[in-house]
Amino acid sequence: MAEGVNAQEFWRWPETNWVNPDIDWRKGKIITAGVDVGSVSTQAVIMVDGEFFAYGNTRTGSDSPDSARKGMGFALEKTDMKIENMDYCIGTGYGRVNVPMAQQSITEISCHARGANFMYGPEVRTVMDMGGQDCKAIRIDDRGKVLNFMMNDKCAAGTGRGMEVFADLIGVPVWEIGARSFKIQKEPPMISSICVVFAKSEVVGLLESGMPENDIMAAYCSAMAHRIMELLNRLGVQKKFVITGGIAKNEGVVKRIEKELGIQTAERVWNKKEYIDRGYPFDTQLAGAIGAALLGNAVLKMDKAKSTRKA
Amino acid sequence: MIVAGIDVGGKNLHIVIKKDGQILGKAAGPTGIKKAVAVEQLYDEVLKKAGLTRKDMGRVMATGSSAKRVAFANGSIPDVAADARGVYKLVPSARTVIDVGAEEGRAIKVSPEGKVLDFAINDKCAAGTGTFVEAISRALEVSVDEMSKIALQSTQTLSTNAQCAVFGESEVVSLIHQKTPKPDIARAVMNAIAGRVASVARIVGLEKDVVMIGGMAKNAGFVDSLKKSIDMDIIVPEDPDFMGALGAAEAALAGAMTEEGKAGP
Repeated sequence: MAEGVNAQEFWRWPETNWVNPDIDWRKGKIITAGVDVGSVSTQAVIMVDGEFFAYGNTRTGSDSPDSARKGMGFALEKTDMKIENMDYCIGTGYGRVNVPMAQQSITEISCHARGANFMYGPEVRTVMDMGGQDCKAIRIDDRGKVLNFMMNDKCAAGTGRGMEVFADLIGVPVWEIGARSFKIQKEPPMISSICVVFAKSEVVGLLESGMPENDIMAAYCSAMAHRIMELLNRLGVQKKFVITGGIAKNEGVVKRIEKELGIQTAERVWNKKEYIDRGYPFDTQLAGAIGAALLGNAVLKMDKAKSTRKA
Repeated sequence: MIVAGIDVGGKNLHIVIKKDGQILGKAAGPTGIKKAVAVEQLYDEVLKKAGLTRKDMGRVMATGSSAKRVAFANGSIPDVAADARGVYKLVPSARTVIDVGAEEGRAIKVSPEGKVLDFAINDKCAAGTGTFVEAISRALEVSVDEMSKIALQSTQTLSTNAQCAVFGESEVVSLIHQKTPKPDIARAVMNAIAGRVASVARIVGLEKDVVMIGGMAKNAGFVDSLKKSIDMDIIVPEDPDFMGALGAAEAALAGAMTEEGKAGP
């Protein structure tokens, strides 16, 4: 892709927000929020008595407090709730200490563990969180508590950022890559470069050689799956196994991890069919913010903190 | 006999034409995507400048990560061997050779006779290569040469968290937003790369004299960072980026052929 010609930004995934039409927050006893300021995306989740009420999923800007405010504002956009109506807010993620509306911060590993427990049920033992600039394999117990984890935050290979760089290079919107990576005749050999920078050169060479775009996407997705496998193998995978974070939306990577691992990812329990019928969305990027909001609820229930509700 | 050494690297291509002890011509250019085409073009160009044709040529020896792209070569030698030969010719006192190119960094331990004793390579991660400098120079909106110069003017040491070129680029963008002076950013990046290169060099062990070659050896800012990182003096020969091509030409003169040697042109 020549620079300048490429006016479209292929990495720019759509920002979303939603409010649960079946909950009247004014009847709620405890209203908690979780704000997950990641390196690439920011999510705010609001829970009323541990029930999912609203969320906003936005892109992180250059400033963490602004990103947190933007995420929270987006989550509240379709509601008549204000930050003053909330009892407690917990910040998490890479920018967790810079969340202005939060009373406390908790690491994203704890929050993702708790969030995965809520979204996929108490049988989950292994959570693979694939974030924008890092990825973590987390072992958890039936209450969503962290037992052990392995992390890569040193190298862009195997992270969402790597996939965004690839999307921009190949000129295909990032959310289409997964599906297109299966529209192939035969599974191609994976991209051999580990480093994202070198993979870019390799992809340019493959495009030049006339390899079909879909095949290149398949080659990139399997390289990423393979990279993640190294982390999972070191931790050891126990069932049930789930993938959270942005890359969890990329079936091209998820199905290839499942294939290499020989283990299917678990079905979600939250937002099951009846919820889907009612039009409830499900977003794997929310796990951290959901966990933070749930941990906030627990903190208040256990009287470890006081409500900061002002209205 | 007139010979040629052709070094086809990840991003750049270097050719040296030699007749016995004398260099008749040399040229460098980008490999681009069609490496084989770039090789043919630059080869014809350098021959023309030297007043030669392909018929005048004896052996042609290729080296570099894409040595196979030189269709007309009589043979090829590994880049590590080419580096050692080239350096031995110019700096016989060298015991450690550090070669940092666009997409690879390597350290070679050589004997007093110029033989390769041991080597270590980083070709997996861009954070220890010239590509990282190119990416950051784009972010800083200065040329690579300019970045080398301003790095030497830095007055404060920043520590960067990123160990990855992709993350490093994001980090530099936020440093620019924070109005961090460009020289300090440039220096921090050079230090980061030097740290990666030094760790590769320590695998083979650092022994005097340390000679640095490859495109990054032309980057005075980087060489300075590396000196401080390994706490040793570094010798940079003239035209350090031509060292692989020179070594290949030396090998052609010596008649050292690999099994892959093909029939002459």
